[in-house]
Amino acid sequence: MSPDNALAAGGLVIAVMTLVTLVTRYGGVFMMSFVPINKRVEGFINGMSGSVLIALILPMAVEGDLAARLSLLTTLLVFLLVKTPLPAIGAGILMAASWRYFF
Amino acid sequence: MISAEVCLDKRGTWLGFKRLLPLSMFVVAFGVAFGLAAVQTGLSKSEAVLMSAFVFAGASQFAALELWQEEIPLLPLILTTFAINARHLLMGASLYPWVRQVPVAKRYGLLTLISDANWAVALQDYRQGERNLGILFGGGLALWVCWVAGTFLGLILTQGIPDPKALGLDMVLGCFLLTMALGGKKDLRHLVIWSVAGATSLLALYLLPANTHVVAGALAGGLVGAFWLEDYNEPG
Repeated sequence: MSPDNALAAGGLVIAVMTLVTLVTRYGGVFMMSFVPINKRVEGFINGMSGSVLIALILPMAVEGDLAARLSLLTTLLVFLLVKTPLPAIGAGILMAASWRYFF
Repeated sequence: MISAEVCLDKRGTWLGFKRLLPLSMFVVAFGVAFGLAAVQTGLSKSEAVLMSAFVFAGASQFAALELWQEEIPLLPLILTTFAINARHLLMGASLYPWVRQVPVAKRYGLLTLISDANWAVALQDYRQGERNLGILFGGGLALWVCWVAGTFLGLILTQGIPDPKALGLDMVLGCFLLTMALGGKKDLRHLVIWSVAGATSLLALYLLPANTHVVAGALAGGLVGAFWLEDYNEPG
């Protein structure tokens, strides 16, 4: 493959990925514009939005190493204790880093 | 709260930018990791930076590197990218009540920069009464600038970069999103929704095709929310 072709192929990959990702960024709002908003739809949206977070975080904990789990647990506990995000996030990262350093 | 009416202005954008800037500093580290990995995979420097600038979705970009070879299979690339980023569909939909109030061009302009962290911050703000869409947009700008700058740094720094994982930086986004989740309401209804979402995402992780677990869990949680309605006497 000549360098020119390689660049074109790379460009094509980037273009395709850009397009697909934009479809996901725009698609949700686009589809919603055809859905009448009522209490059920609102309940769905509200339930779903918190669930996105859980569905991102929980597999992270299950698939991650012990340090990752302890890190999330630390953030959870510190947040419940102090109720502000930054110290909780800081403590979680510190936990992951020090666990990996010492063990 | 800076706006009671839905609007998109410079002030809100700047506020959103500042709110996401601390987290974006960590995004730089992941940009560096992506830039390094991209060059090692065989992408040219311009391809690496262009990918970060246009795609702006880290997990799917790392996944694309795994598929990168002389002849890149187009269909797996499309499916993988779509599956990993399909959560944007749900995130966008959750912001619909607010973004629908601005003209179409602005609406989709805003959504171009939607990403996990700025979405989570914006949604939390909007639920608490904030109506300035600049929070989402400005936050997205901060993340985008740092992601692209990080990628660029990854191309020029070739040694002396500490492993982000050793510093615990791989946990930044997870810990951040966790505090966002915990900042929401904590009643029985939400606990049930979260449990269903969590259990479904884990089942999907092992039983369904790769990368579908976030959407599966979120949809399951949404269904519970649709059938178990909140007692309404609060502002939407």
